[in-house]
Amino acid sequence: MTTQHYDVVIIGAGSVGAPTALAMARDGLKVLVLDSLPSQGQGSNKTAIGGVRATHSDVAKIRLCLRSLEIMSGWRETYGHDIEWLGGGYVFVAYREIEEQKLKQLLKRQHSYGLDIDWYDATDLLKIVPDLNPDGLLGGTYSPGDGHCSPLLAGHAYCDQAKRYGAEFRFRERVTGIVVQGGRVRGVETDRGRYGADVVVNAAGAWARELGQLVGLDHPVEPDSHEAGITEQVAHFLDPMIVDIRPAPGSANYYFHQLATGQVTFCITPEPPIVGFDCRETSVFLPQVSRRMVDVMPRLARLRVRRTWRGLYPMSPDGSPLVGWAGEPEGYLMAIGMCGQGFMLGPGLGEFLSRMVLQRLTEEDREVLTELSPDREFAGVEVLK
Amino acid sequence: MRLSEHPILAVERKGSIRFTFRGQELTGYEGETISAALYAAGVRVFGHHPKDGSPQGLFCANGQCAQCMVIADGEPVKSCMALVKEGMVVEPVEGLPELPSATSPPPLQEMEEVVVEVLIIGGGPAGLSAALELGRRGVRTLLVDDKHRLGGKLVLQTHRFFGSIDAVYAGTRGTDIATRLERSVAELEAVEVWPNSTVLGVYSDEVVGVLKGDSRYVQVRPKVLLVACGARERSLTFVGNTLPGVYGAGAFQTLVNRDLVKAADRLFIVGGGNVGLIAGYHALQAGIEVVGLCEAMAECTGYKVHRDKLARFGVPIYTSHTVLSAQGDGRVESVTIAAVDDRFQPVPGTERSFACDTLLIAVGLDPVDEFYHAAKRYGLPAYSAGDAQEIAEASAAIFSGKVAGLEIARELGVEEEDVPAEWVRMAEVLKSKPGARIAPPPPSDRWGVVPIFHCSEEIPCNPCTSVCPQELIHIDPADIRKVPEYLGGLLGEECLGCEQCVVVCPGLAITLVDYRQEPVQPTVTLAHEFSAGSVSVGQEMMALDEEGALLGPVEVVEVNPIPRGDRTVLLKLRAPAEVATRLAGVQVQDAWTSEPLPEVLEPLVDEQVVCRCERVTAGEVRDLIRRGYRDMNEIKAVTRAGMGACGGKTCGTLIARLFREEGVTEEDVVRFIPRPLFVEVPLGVFAGGTTPSDDPSSPSGKGGSPS
Repeated sequence: MTTQHYDVVIIGAGSVGAPTALAMARDGLKVLVLDSLPSQGQGSNKTAIGGVRATHSDVAKIRLCLRSLEIMSGWRETYGHDIEWLGGGYVFVAYREIEEQKLKQLLKRQHSYGLDIDWYDATDLLKIVPDLNPDGLLGGTYSPGDGHCSPLLAGHAYCDQAKRYGAEFRFRERVTGIVVQGGRVRGVETDRGRYGADVVVNAAGAWARELGQLVGLDHPVEPDSHEAGITEQVAHFLDPMIVDIRPAPGSANYYFHQLATGQVTFCITPEPPIVGFDCRETSVFLPQVSRRMVDVMPRLARLRVRRTWRGLYPMSPDGSPLVGWAGEPEGYLMAIGMCGQGFMLGPGLGEFLSRMVLQRLTEEDREVLTELSPDREFAGVEVLK
Repeated sequence: MRLSEHPILAVERKGSIRFTFRGQELTGYEGETISAALYAAGVRVFGHHPKDGSPQGLFCANGQCAQCMVIADGEPVKSCMALVKEGMVVEPVEGLPELPSATSPPPLQEMEEVVVEVLIIGGGPAGLSAALELGRRGVRTLLVDDKHRLGGKLVLQTHRFFGSIDAVYAGTRGTDIATRLERSVAELEAVEVWPNSTVLGVYSDEVVGVLKGDSRYVQVRPKVLLVACGARERSLTFVGNTLPGVYGAGAFQTLVNRDLVKAADRLFIVGGGNVGLIAGYHALQAGIEVVGLCEAMAECTGYKVHRDKLARFGVPIYTSHTVLSAQGDGRVESVTIAAVDDRFQPVPGTERSFACDTLLIAVGLDPVDEFYHAAKRYGLPAYSAGDAQEIAEASAAIFSGKVAGLEIARELGVEEEDVPAEWVRMAEVLKSKPGARIAPPPPSDRWGVVPIFHCSEEIPCNPCTSVCPQELIHIDPADIRKVPEYLGGLLGEECLGCEQCVVVCPGLAITLVDYRQEPVQPTVTLAHEFSAGSVSVGQEMMALDEEGALLGPVEVVEVNPIPRGDRTVLLKLRAPAEVATRLAGVQVQDAWTSEPLPEVLEPLVDEQVVCRCERVTAGEVRDLIRRGYRDMNEIKAVTRAGMGACGGKTCGTLIARLFREEGVTEEDVVRFIPRPLFVEVPLGVFAGGTTPSDDPSSPSGKGGSPS
């Protein structure tokens, strides 16, 4: 039996794997994507709610997401698929001085990176989001360049386009081994076959650690779970993603936006985190998130909830992704620990990974690489998770 | 139009209400849903879909989808659930509805948590029977049901029930069984009942989320869960399948038998199972013309007695026929059917079109079992009963609920006895499908009174055996599926002509031929479940045999409403001796009603919809299947099929069927992943508020409970 040989085998056809396949195939690499699930994005990609922002606090994510924003906002024009992009921006609201301080502090740093984000006092913020509860509103930041699109449609668009560039996808195929010879990656074994490869990309999201163990590495990635929900469709009334970073008993921040198709989708960050792979729905979520949402936007009280689900955030120790080559084995590339931001990082990161494989990194890329290095000290904690 | 009378159901209306639709003043009644009031006024189109502008109207009549959405006093509501109120301004939903604005959060309460031993979801025949077993043993039981009165689908059943007279109230009308069960449960202190309460989800922390009284969100922690929430109707893909006027038999029975609205003038039925056959009978009782019924199989799959009832009232039954299309400009105006070959493919040249305004889809039921499976997944001890466990007759549901109740009592340690072996056997018997057909030899005696049993198919049913004062009717007590046997000749005893068996037979399949006065012109007594006023002495009626073949005109000599009876009328007809024993019914619907149109009609738009919420066509899905898609969740991601208000309850089985039609084996197909919520509920309710419809300050708030 002859073994098919690929330049790159990507493991995981999710938020990171799919756009990476696209970028690499477009750059002329021969790419195979393997996924143990039945179809694209069935792990955590489809559980994402679709927010995309560049307004982070560190340069690596800012640069990658700025590129993602370009790709996603221009997708329809470039490739033709409707991925339901809506550039409504992000609004971080402040109802207490402590959040106002925090957001204003961060603003300085964001401005230093040239990001289009500003503080709006209550009166001006209400002009942008008239349905915010005015009672106690101090103001908030607004970044008009951010937006959102459908993770389901975007993921499929990436795959579709990647296939047009020659990438291959195999589903329901579990990777059982990574072949290493002479300290180099040589290929991948699955429950259905064997494929030769010069480079293997770990884009396995929440399952990245398990995959790393196949080459004797212990990636510090551990998933925790967040529940999300979606409502019925109503006429457009809300432009930006609303984020409230106030803590409350049982939860940290929560956020919601209205899709191009009219539904409002929402998600909350449990505090303390619920660590593990359990994705079964709990009774806690809806009462918890709805109290907070109707408080910030009373108009939502009459909007009917349609469905809820729970997805995984593959967490790294410091809240930033782990991207880079393993020293050993050579050819093993990590794109893991996306901490719930894989969808927004994906397209920018995909191109970045392609440049890594093709050894075309720029000066700016090297800064990104340093910041996201898997070998970094996990000392800091990201300001805005 | 509303029904002004009904042969079985009492027509009582409370105070009238004025409301407007599109600015036109209409009349409703207290306790009536908006959809019923609109239907009564002849309104069929409630709005247009945002995606393609297709007309939208009533579909499930059960709060499960959102096809019937209207704007009531500025608020988007499901018109089949929201009640009409005085002065209400109702507008169609054109495109996406506007979310009403609000400036301050609603008043919120702490969430109620309830701990019970047993939670029963569904107060239909199975749930009520289980509640009786548990309540009598003092087990603290909470029964929740999404309707205002208990009984489930029993309350819509105007016909007398089959089954065992000892075990499951056979011979009593469904609606009367509901009342009896509901009253018995109400007497039990240990059982608490929450009507108008819908279960929204069974969660992994063993909590069951309930929308209590259509108003507040409550979390229930049961030790044991019993899922008895019945079945949902399967849908069908054909051209024009989402035109307003195409809907399921359940919705139809709700409109006609609960809301007492004459929901159609001319009805065509697709599906010859018991549900379709009974719906046709109910339509006739409500004065609705039944143009015909088609069934793809060579025989109707329902009970022969149900089929015969329809046939001998004059409804043509087209077996080995399928529906090709529904036609109409904005609503159903006609249907086209065709014969099918042995591979169920339409045979060209056999097409026929019929004028009708309503097309009922009655092509089978699926268990509503997602709560059961969720509980099993999450380790919450769970049982199921009735249709939620296995699709069968309501009589079987009554019995399986009883068995489940006893099993749960055992699990909780309050009952030590095993489930009796005869219960287990009876549960099986009641679930059995129709068996052999045994044509009894025609009785040769032409003297005295001769009972004739137009009951030639083995079904679980025995009420006739229990009423004969001389005990001359025999069915093997060990197997009530056997056909009845008359022992008069064998024992040399004479039938007294008491007519009890005629009255009690659920199939209206027993007649008495009385030769005593005129052996050549005997009288034939048969049960008639139409208004006594519709038949008069001296009138000539067309007689039909068991299968519906015409026997010629006969004269009505007596019309006897039965005192203390259950609204059955006995007709006595004078018939020639040569047809008397074959006479099984009289035509209530004129033959011209069911004439086909002179030409075959073609649909205006060639579109078969699988996902009606999101308007996804069969063509789109087939295309994906042919491109290699095998994961329904991927089809959902790309097309939105299954993302709509009903949560994939309708399209899930239709898409699975498309896979089969495309030759994809079931193991290769990944089904939709079920997720909460069961029905859509406002966010504010989860926050501790009430539904807008329960908020007295809200214009669409409830004026009172329906009755």
